[in-house]
Amino acid sequence: MSPRISEYPQVLFKNRVPGETVLIDGYRTTGGYTALEKAFKELDPATIRDQAKRANLRGRGGAGFPTGIKWSFFPADQPGKKYLVCNCDEMEPGTYKDRELLRADPHQLIEGVIISAFALQTPVAYIFIRYAFEDCAANLDRAVAEATAAGYLGKNILGSGFDCEIHVHRSAGRYILGEETALLNGLEGKRPNPRSKPPFPAVRGLFGQPTTVNNVETLANVPHIINHGAEWYKGLARTLEGAGTKLFGLSGHLERTACFELPVGIPLREVVEEVGGGVRGGRTFKACLPGGASTPYLTAAQLDTPLDFEPLEAVGSRFGTAGVTVFDDTTCMVAATLNLIRFFARESCGWCTPCRDGLPVVAWLLNKIESGKATFDDIDMLKDQFRNISGRSFCALAEGAMGPVAGLLNHFEQELADHVIKGRCPLKKK
Amino acid sequence: MELLPENQQEFFRSKAAAIAHPRELVIDALRAVQSHHGWVPDEGVTLVAALLGILPIEVEEVATFYDKIFRRPVGKRVIHVCDSICCWTREGEAIFAYLQEKLGIAPGETTADGVFTLLPTCCLGACGDAPAMMIGLTTYGPLTPQRVDEILAQVRAEVSA
Ligand SMILES: Cc1cc2nc3c(=O)[nH]c(=O)nc-3n(C[C@H](O)[C@H](O)[C@H](O)COP(=O)(O)O)c2cc1C
Ligand code: SF4
Ligand code: FES
Repeated sequence: MSPRISEYPQVLFKNRVPGETVLIDGYRTTGGYTALEKAFKELDPATIRDQAKRANLRGRGGAGFPTGIKWSFFPADQPGKKYLVCNCDEMEPGTYKDRELLRADPHQLIEGVIISAFALQTPVAYIFIRYAFEDCAANLDRAVAEATAAGYLGKNILGSGFDCEIHVHRSAGRYILGEETALLNGLEGKRPNPRSKPPFPAVRGLFGQPTTVNNVETLANVPHIINHGAEWYKGLARTLEGAGTKLFGLSGHLERTACFELPVGIPLREVVEEVGGGVRGGRTFKACLPGGASTPYLTAAQLDTPLDFEPLEAVGSRFGTAGVTVFDDTTCMVAATLNLIRFFARESCGWCTPCRDGLPVVAWLLNKIESGKATFDDIDMLKDQFRNISGRSFCALAEGAMGPVAGLLNHFEQELADHVIKGRCPLKKK
Repeated sequence: MELLPENQQEFFRSKAAAIAHPRELVIDALRAVQSHHGWVPDEGVTLVAALLGILPIEVEEVATFYDKIFRRPVGKRVIHVCDSICCWTREGEAIFAYLQEKLGIAPGETTADGVFTLLPTCCLGACGDAPAMMIGLTTYGPLTPQRVDEILAQVRAEVSA
């Protein structure tokens, strides 16, 4: 453990013990389900929705949309069927925070889902979970059973007259299911291509009914906001405009590759050097993906950037999922980008041409450059493809795939050129 | 070999009759067939369609979409090796090559004794424990050739027990 880690406020990971899962009794010992009692006994749904807005809670699934604003669009008072869906597809390379949360403390999500379902007046909630997370799915099944037995879930919760049921839905692979409208098709048992928006899920979502989709970590924050208030939540961040803590999944060429809860707005340098223990083997930092596979690279010149939504956009990248993947000075950024594009190309759902046909062309070009067989025309063609795909795809998957390509073109143009000039990868050991 | 035991078939039939949208059970039913039968043959697709009261094409278009539904025979245990970026930074390619050499098969193939099928997969959500692989529903990492040997021996022993 990093010596500094004890200095960071622990909210979502406060109960975390490596290798263990907190059951309902342990969860209640540290204040678990007190927010639920408060919500059902003292607050009304509109007040809870307003608290999320005042706390400036932003979605943790990658896009960072303000949760309170999303909830304010939701027709909570409209009669008829409505749904809350929790997104635990978590398949973007470099992202493993939701798994760590559900391994350690699954009741946090259950409590968050119940309070949010009450706030949105949705009597049915689904937790959509990826195939590879059977450990987490089993934890959730048990947590649902425990919460039901304790009277926090089911009919007439705590005498409020509100009913809620939670279904844990196990998926069967494919990254596109994380896209919220593809996920809804997947839940319905249809072929999971994304849907066109509008209509947005809040208007016509699961089974054609109003639906809100939120990430695991987003919903897990809700009980803490209810317990401690919006001002406290905002005060957790290091940036003025930011709010809360964030689960950062560290990976790549760092000494310590683990998941840590850190304040929003912590500078990248502190994450790399203190929390991550520096670059592995005493090597030099070359670049990183700051927030998962779809976020443009940052270089050493940007190490002082605070990790929060606006500051990262200001330097041409995105906060994404806060999965920080570090590359040392031996890494070829063409090869790294090729790996990333192959992922996106394979996971394309095939619905639209820029993505289905464009991503394989980008992969082909990068492979040609990496193997030293490219000319400068190929680099121009790469730029053409980048322009052709950006903004033209049906959903955000292909847009995300262009993230690392943008980073490559903006920061590593010389490295691309060197591949052509030398006729081989300049970084490959002979 | 039986596709799905009668009591499980009955479970899906009655659940489908009790809910408004039986089609939402299609993944559950396909996974049930797969875990009992090992993979999903054409007869599995028609069985799921009959159980849920939907068309075989509605089952097939879903079955062929997901990479963790096997529409061809596989070994008793499928090994999914992560080839995404974090594993790539930590010698994931070498581990994949080692597995191919050790098992004597290429990706997509099954060992002669029918125990293992080797497949690549995207990120397993084990990026902090890279390089990683999943056998069945269990994730393993960080891997070294020695760890791979131990895990394969252990899984082989479980399969033959
Ligand atoms: C290709 C693709 C994959 C996505 N994967 C996920 C995911 O695994 N988990 C997630 O919460 N959001 C994912 N998202 C974002 C969701 O569409 C959606 O914005 C999010 O679940 C909303 O929750 P939030 O507002 O709480 O972040 C993905 C989006 C795209 C385009
Ligand atoms: S961008 Fe890709 S994943 Fe999204 S709809 Fe088009 S083909 Fe499918
Ligand atoms: S990149 Fe291999 S587990 Fe995430």
